[in-house]
Parts: sequence; C-alpha cells; structure tokens
Amino acid sequence: MSDSEKIDNTRRNLIVATSVVGGAASAGAAIPFVASWWPSERVKAAGAPVEVDIARLEPGEMKVIEWRGKPVWVVRRTKEMLDSLKAVARLTDPGSKDSEQPEYAKNDHRARKAEFMVMEGVCTHLGCSPQLKGAEAKAEMGGDWSGGFYCACHGSKFDYAGRVFKGAPAPLNLPVPPHAYLSETTILIGEDKKGA
Amino acid sequence: MSGRLMALWDWIDARMPSLAQEYRKHLAEYYAPKNFNFWYYFGSLAMLVLAIQIVTGIFLTMHYKPDANLAFGSVEYIMRDVPGGWIIRYIHSTGASAFFLVVYLHMFRGLIYGSYRQPRELIWIFGMLIYLCLMGEAFMGYLLPWGQMSYWGAQVIVNLFGTIPFIGPDLALWIRGDYVVSDATLNRFFAMHVIALPLALLGLVVVHLLALHDVGSNNPDGIEIKKNKDPKTGHPVDGIPFHPYYTVKDIVGAVVFLAVFCSVLFFAPELGGYFLEYNNFIPADPLKTPTHIAPLWYFTPFYTILRAVPPLFNSQFPGVLAMGLSTMILFFLPWLDRGTVKSIRYRGTLYKSWLAAFVIVFLLLGYLGTEPTTVWGQFGFDAFFLDTREIATWAGRVCTVIYFLFFFLMPWYTARDAARPVPERVTP
Repeated sequence: MSDSEKIDNTRRNLIVATSVVGGAASAGAAIPFVASWWPSERVKAAGAPVEVDIARLEPGEMKVIEWRGKPVWVVRRTKEMLDSLKAVARLTDPGSKDSEQPEYAKNDHRARKAEFMVMEGVCTHLGCSPQLKGAEAKAEMGGDWSGGFYCACHGSKFDYAGRVFKGAPAPLNLPVPPHAYLSETTILIGEDKKGA
Repeated sequence: MSGRLMALWDWIDARMPSLAQEYRKHLAEYYAPKNFNFWYYFGSLAMLVLAIQIVTGIFLTMHYKPDANLAFGSVEYIMRDVPGGWIIRYIHSTGASAFFLVVYLHMFRGLIYGSYRQPRELIWIFGMLIYLCLMGEAFMGYLLPWGQMSYWGAQVIVNLFGTIPFIGPDLALWIRGDYVVSDATLNRFFAMHVIALPLALLGLVVVHLLALHDVGSNNPDGIEIKKNKDPKTGHPVDGIPFHPYYTVKDIVGAVVFLAVFCSVLFFAPELGGYFLEYNNFIPADPLKTPTHIAPLWYFTPFYTILRAVPPLFNSQFPGVLAMGLSTMILFFLPWLDRGTVKSIRYRGTLYKSWLAAFVIVFLLLGYLGTEPTTVWGQFGFDAFFLDTREIATWAGRVCTVIYFLFFFLMPWYTARDAARPVPERVTP
C-alpha cells in the first residue's frame, strides 16, 4: 500500500461513529411500530366476567358461553359421566398436576361442584374448540371410549373432566376458568370471589 | 421501425442508456441453455401468477372491508353484487392455489436437476425466501374472508408461535393484538397481505432473477454451458438468447396453463373443497370449531408432520419444531448434496430411490393432512408402544421420518451414489 492510500484513521473513526449512531437511531425508530402490535387499551379493557344461568340445564346437557372471546362449557354431568372419570390409566395428567385450574378445582372431577363441569373449551394443543362426544360414539372413537370431548383438529381426546388422553397431541388437560356460584342456579365465570 | 419511432427511441436512449442495456442483459442477450424442457415453464408461470394476484388483489381491496363485523359480508357482496366481482375473487382464490402448484413444480425442477448446486446457492436461498413469503401471504390472506376456516386456521397457526418456550405466549399475543383472534388481528393481517408481503415478494423476485442472470441458468443435463464458449462471438455454444426463443416458448406454456386455470375458474372454482373450503362459507364463530379442520392443500404435508409428533415434556413445541424444520431444511440443500453430478440424468440408483421415496412420502403427507387422523381406522391389536392406535397417525409418523431421512442422509447417499459420466455438450 502506498502512502497516498493510507487509511486516515480519524476519518474512518468518524464514519464508524456516524454509522453506529445512525443505526441506533433506526433501531430506536422501530419501537413505536413494534409497540403498535401489542393489545390496545380498548382490547385490554374488555374481558369482564359473565354470569350463567344453569337452572334449566338438563342432566348430560352442555351450554357454551363466550368469555373473553373464548368458549366456556358448562356441562351438567350425569352419574355415568362422573363414573367414567374413574378410568385414569389412559390419562396423561390424571391428577392435573401440570394443568391449569384454580385450587378449588384441583380434584378428581375438576370442579367446584362435581355435578357441574366448567371448562374452557380451548384445546391445549393449538387452540381449537373440541366437541362433546357421548359414550355412544364408541364405534368412531375406539374401544375404550366412555364419552368426553374430541378435538377434530389434531385428534386429541379428553374425558368428562377435560383430562387429556395419552397419545394425543395436546400436552395438558383443558383449563378450568376461575368461577363461583352466585346462587344455586347462577355461575359467575371469570371471577371466583363471591358477590363480585 | 418508422423514422419517428426511431427518433423517439434515440431520444430516450441518449437520456437513459441503461434501458437498452438492461433489455440486452436480461432478454435479448441473456444466453440460456438450448435444452430447456417442460420443467422450465414454471419460473415464468410463477411470475405470471404473481402478476394475476397483484392485479386481482388491487381490485378486491376496492370492495373489501377489513373489519371483523363487515369482512364476511363484504366478500359476499363482492361475489353477488359487484359487477364482475365473482370472477375477480375466483381468479384470486384459484390463483393462490395455482401459485403454490407452480412453485412446487418449480422447486422440484431445481431438486431433480441440481439447480441449487454451486454456483447457484444464492438463487436457491432467495427462492426459498420467496416460498416463505408466499406461505405468509397465503396464511394471512386466508383470514380475510373471516369464515370459519379463516378464523380457526389463524387460531391454530398463531398458537404455533405460542408454543415456543418462554417467549411463545407473549409472541402469540403480540401477533394477534388481542387475547383471541379478533378484529385487531384481521386488520393487521390485511395490511401485511396487501402491502408489506407483496413488496417483499417483488423485491425477492428481483434479486432471485438478478442472481440467476449473473451465473446463468442450469439445464436438464446439469452442465455449465459457460465453460464452452464460441471464440468468435463469446457466447456459449449451447446457449440461445432468452428473447425471442424462450419468451415464445413461455407463451405456449402460459396458454396451456391459462387453459387449465380457466377450466378450474369457470367449472370448479372451489375444486371440491381443495381450493376454497366449504366451511369458509360460514361466518367465523369463536365458540365453535368446525368438526373437521384442515389447512388448504398446499400446507397439508407440513400439517401432517405437526400432527405426527406426540407432545414431549408436557409441550407441543417438538411438533412445531419438526414442522418448522421440515421447511427450513430446504435452505441447506446446496450443502447437503455431495453428489459429483447435478442432474438426475446422471445420478445413480441410490439417489433416485431416495428421491422416489421422498416424492411418495411428500404426496402421502399431503393427502393425510387433508383427512382427519381417524381416516384409516385403528390397529386391531394393542401394544405397550402404541400411544395411539390410529393407523393414519402412525403412517404420518413413518412418512415424517422418511421425509427427514431424505435430507439428513443426503450427504451420505449422494456421495456414495454411482454417478454416470456427464457429456461435454448438452443433450436434447
């Protein structure tokens, strides 16, 4: 390299410094754009708890309620349905140790009152809503089927307490939302302090 | 050319000589191998479909409303009330499937003739980026009609990101802009679909072509035609100018393609539910997932891979990872292939067998993804290793393993393959 081509270090440093400052400024300018994708204040304000009237729910019947844009199921379980929960060998997480539910629903039937199942109808795999399949769907669901829920998207199966079967793509049991009984016939979904 | 036109041309040329230079570089004096065959139609057809999608897309945005309360109705309005709206929309929806069909065939061409090999690695990488962009376009565009499949498809795909350890749930929330797929999601997907991704796509097509024209096209023999140039002209002896030879050839291809395209367009725009799913004619209902949901056909091979992997360590992330890897691994093709020849014409039985297995498995994965996992019934016996007795799930698993083995074992079987000698000149 000849003398005339020697690098002028002062100029080189100025070029580097200018580029770094310019780069930092461009990166900083991205902040409002990235931030604009977070939920807006209006979205965050939505999502109040909802009340459900269960007075006219027949045994074995299911009611679907919308809470925070998600389906929540209330099923009045029959004795047969509750009996089917005793078959736990086929389940991934029979004790619901890793699954999501309030403390008062961390029991064998995953509910405040065994008769009424309150469950978020959102598959823990990829968020589809499973469908109720009674014990009569045995032919279609396989030999050991005693009724429960089936997610058609990716084939996950759940029992009448939303507990997932082994071999299903869903890793966890269906979540139980916080809920409370306002009276014998009214459930509040989304909050569990009485008289909210 | 008449005197006046000639004068106009000279006037332009004096002010913008690059116009004529670029025309010569990319068309009139771009020497392409003279032995291009059927497989070489799909690059220009992909550009044709891109143009069709852009034009129909512009006109659809003139009537479409990106609002969760209005979107479904506005699509029905386009179909029923807007003059010519039905055909514009059907061209766009058929175009989406046609785009993937053409791109898959274009990629397969690259696969069998080794078009991704040195010195064309960058062309392949840009092409893969185009493919990813196209997947994003298709996914986001599919939410816009706000039907049941739109809604639940978006729900599932966004939740794929939600399975990433640590950052997943926040990432999914950020993508949706809401706790569930909602108006906020629809509005931003619309913006991505009509402006952000098309711009990226166009830019990538430009660099894909620039990189191609720098190194020159591969050919069915996998021979570098630039190694054998005519000393007098300096042009490859096995090359012919792209224009008029291949522009005219591609017109023939375009005519045949459009004939097929129009048959679908006019006689079976839904193609039995494969191009437009029947459940998408029902407005989105956040409380009820359709009994059978499947992505459109062009995503189904990857969807089957997702379904095939059981959850590990209480997480469904391994399945998502496998699905992601099944696409990403294609980026590494230029370095996985250690074969001494490029083209399938001179490869040995070992490579051909693996390629045949790959094609069968890819089609099978695609088919399984369109059906529920119960489609082939259950095994009649039980065993300790059978976490599920569904035959289709197990078939999907076997296919997934073969799919990955095709890539993971490629450095081994391509190097060991007994290749035949490659001729000096291209063959017809």
